[in-house]
Amino acid sequence: MEWEVVIGLEIHAQLATKSKIFSGASTAYGAPANTQACVVDLGMPGVLPVLNHEAVQMAIKFGLATGSEVAPRSIFARKNYFYPDLPKGYQISQMELPIVGEGVLEIRLEDGTVKKIGITRAHLEEDAGKSLHGESPGMTGIDLNRAGTPLLEIVSEPDMRSAKEAIAYMKKIHSIVTYIDICDGNMQEGSFRCDANVSVRPKGQEEYGTRAEIKNLNSFRFVEKAINLEVERQIDVIEGGGAVVQETRLYDSDKHETRAMRSKEEANDYRYFPDPDLLPVEIDNETIEAVRANLPELPDAKLQRFISEYELSDYDADVLTSSRPMADYYEIVVKASGGEAKLSANWVMGDFSGTLNKESTDIKECPVSAEMLGGMIKRIADNTISGKIAKQVFEAMWQGEGDADAVIESKGLKQVTDSGAIEKLVDEIITNNPGQVEQYRSGKDKVFGFFVGQVMKASQGKANPAQVNQILKDKLKP
Amino acid sequence: MHNKTLSELSAALQAGEFSSTELTQSYLDRISSLDPQINAFVTVTQQLALDTAAAADKRIAAGTAAPLTGIPLAQKDIFCTEGVKTTCGSKMLDNFISPYDATVIENFNAAGAVMLGKTNMDEFAMGSSNETSYYGPVKNPWDINKVPGGSSGGSAAAVAARLAPASTGTDTGGSIRQPASLCGITGLKPTYGRVSRYGMIAFASSLDQAGPMTRTAEDAAMMLNCMAGFDERDSTSAQRDVPDYTANLNDSLQGLTIGLPKEYFGEGLDAQVGSAVEAAIREYENLGAVVKEISLPNTHLAVPTYYVVAPAECSSNLSRFDGVRFGYRCDDPADLEDLYKRSRGEGFGAEVKRRIMIGAYALSAGYYDAYYIKAQQLRRLISDDFKRAFEEVDVIMGPTAPEPAFGLGEKSDDPITMYLSDIYTIAANLAGLPGMSVPAGFVNNMPVGLQIIGNYFDESRLLNVAHRYQQVTDWHARTPEQFK
Repeated sequence: MEWEVVIGLEIHAQLATKSKIFSGASTAYGAPANTQACVVDLGMPGVLPVLNHEAVQMAIKFGLATGSEVAPRSIFARKNYFYPDLPKGYQISQMELPIVGEGVLEIRLEDGTVKKIGITRAHLEEDAGKSLHGESPGMTGIDLNRAGTPLLEIVSEPDMRSAKEAIAYMKKIHSIVTYIDICDGNMQEGSFRCDANVSVRPKGQEEYGTRAEIKNLNSFRFVEKAINLEVERQIDVIEGGGAVVQETRLYDSDKHETRAMRSKEEANDYRYFPDPDLLPVEIDNETIEAVRANLPELPDAKLQRFISEYELSDYDADVLTSSRPMADYYEIVVKASGGEAKLSANWVMGDFSGTLNKESTDIKECPVSAEMLGGMIKRIADNTISGKIAKQVFEAMWQGEGDADAVIESKGLKQVTDSGAIEKLVDEIITNNPGQVEQYRSGKDKVFGFFVGQVMKASQGKANPAQVNQILKDKLKP
Repeated sequence: MHNKTLSELSAALQAGEFSSTELTQSYLDRISSLDPQINAFVTVTQQLALDTAAAADKRIAAGTAAPLTGIPLAQKDIFCTEGVKTTCGSKMLDNFISPYDATVIENFNAAGAVMLGKTNMDEFAMGSSNETSYYGPVKNPWDINKVPGGSSGGSAAAVAARLAPASTGTDTGGSIRQPASLCGITGLKPTYGRVSRYGMIAFASSLDQAGPMTRTAEDAAMMLNCMAGFDERDSTSAQRDVPDYTANLNDSLQGLTIGLPKEYFGEGLDAQVGSAVEAAIREYENLGAVVKEISLPNTHLAVPTYYVVAPAECSSNLSRFDGVRFGYRCDDPADLEDLYKRSRGEGFGAEVKRRIMIGAYALSAGYYDAYYIKAQQLRRLISDDFKRAFEEVDVIMGPTAPEPAFGLGEKSDDPITMYLSDIYTIAANLAGLPGMSVPAGFVNNMPVGLQIIGNYFDESRLLNVAHRYQQVTDWHARTPEQFK
């Protein structure tokens, strides 16, 4: 039988606020355990939450950036359950009235087609702390530094039909939240993670199959692997005559499997009710318009602009706008190069990205600034160096040997454009290779490349290729 | 010394008649000799009190004293006090030393008031007789075989027995007004949001409100001046200026319209209590007030509504007492579930468990709409009753409690009868309105309170109305024989 996969994602984006969503404690990552947890985060008797309005602004930004509805009135609710890293015995979240309502997002698939994915809602909530196992034998430690960190949970419609589509959607959301600066997007630190709801149904069937929820996936690769594994598992279960059970599952990347955590029957009754410690969040049009006015250019708009302003291909524009740091970097390169848009695109997408990947370096921390790369491209464009020599210059810049001009100077890589000097080299080559001269003059045009190579070699690559061509042609004339 | 009101004490301290240290010591002596009879205090902070008093004396000498500088006070053990045990009347918090001060405590500290100690209370403020306390019942200073009311029973008894000139209480369904009535003192529950709830251990967040428990309305005004105000740490506190509550105490009551809800004088009200309240109303007519019968038709829904809303909120508020980070933890837990079950099972008393279970049930899937949502709708109806009434009248009066103090143990096995002790006070909490209880007579030698309910943020008028009555009566000035 042919199966259709149905996927919906719940993405948790940690909002990049300085302090927590309901307390003044810092949200900075990596501090010693329990040093960033104040009495409110510890759930001490008598403490009360106070909403961080920066988190609200960020949620509004997300709503506007995805064309979703921003609720004029939303309500915080308590989700009640016991867990040692949940200090109050309840998580403050939003249930019935979330801050962001329905929206639609377009994703670009590998074959270039565009697909619409529905956003059901996005709501604000606080993160829990962490349980630390194995630090002291027989005991579990609790670190509440993360408790109270603001999260935006973005829930999609079950509109995705493959792991690839799920990844494309997740990358799109990732790109948007980082573009609008509400999340640092760091998946290793857990700032951006997701739960995937996966089900299968016979192709053509309208009704959804029973779904399983895979929890806490914190890399694009894991999402893809986990979904594909889960799809295989569900199909095996059904084809083996069984039925998929509604349950929560965990993806184990070491064992390469998903396994059951708890079934629907074991699921908690969270006893949601409006949190009486917090007032409803009222958002007026004025606030929304003020946020809209400060919204940066979004990925889709930037892509269109790159195509028209820099005359890039759809593909190049798509790659360059996939992340805001990349797009920003490219634009500075173009500017510093004196407007060499195509050459800049080739370099940013080619050697530059390749080196970033090879060295596993973040664009913000890489040793070659956009100004430096642009400066080098300018030297290609004005014939100071050739494209081939540029690779050497780039490598030297990466090694911290200074900007392009300094490297060209110190290594003596300046292109030779003195026609007298080039003529001298050409004369030498012609004199030393009488056989090849004979061949060329008798009509074997292909030999011309040999002469160009010889001249370039003799100049250590520095001779201007166009000049070499011209002078050779003149001198080799019978 | 111990028969003076706050304003008299304040004046005497400023005039140098005695020092705060002497005054504080005199109250500490009274507590040490007399409190064993009534069990009003859980903790007496003797050294802290004397240190604070010494600092207050310097401040008085320097001429920078505030009205409450050097005045000894008793604080209900529901307010977190840094470095001092804060039990909320529960075994669960018997070992809990708060790492921070509640806003109310901070305000009193800034004013230079002296904390004598922490007063006994029903466990987590759940009770109307002070019998649910882990630290044993408080006894009524007018008759030690009777209850003082609750949950702020320790605070009420301490003031009635003159073990403190004034105290603080909290009121979720009547926990300031009912014990004030039963102990013959003055108690004020302000408008919801008037006093910060930060650092006040939550019972039912949408109903809890702190207020003063004093001998006189004037004292209550002085206390409220210090307690009230917006607090950025409490999102539900009101962003409204705080008037000087002592400013209008002597305003004339000529033409004041008093509403008497007929539902407050019907079945269930002790006839003699009813007579005492009627006598008080006649006193008001003598002062120039006009009386009007009104109806609060949804009054009968207040108790059932309250016993869904308050337990629902408490079931969630009390989840943090899990034995993990602070408070009671059972011995040798086998695993996490055992730790939770036994820590909570052993740490909470029966009434607290009953309410947590009622609340968890009311919020659970399939019952939420029938209970919690329905209760919210009824709450609105009850508020609307008052809204309509205040279009016609300035204040509403009636009994605070249906009867005078009952015997210790008399109702402790019958929760429903006990819950009806708050039948006249609960509605003000559901509506968020301010309410007072002032001493208005005695029935069989036990005090009876008159309740005055005002419109939102109309505490000044309540205090004025109570004060004028106290100028022409002396019920509030009487002291139980053994504590004179």
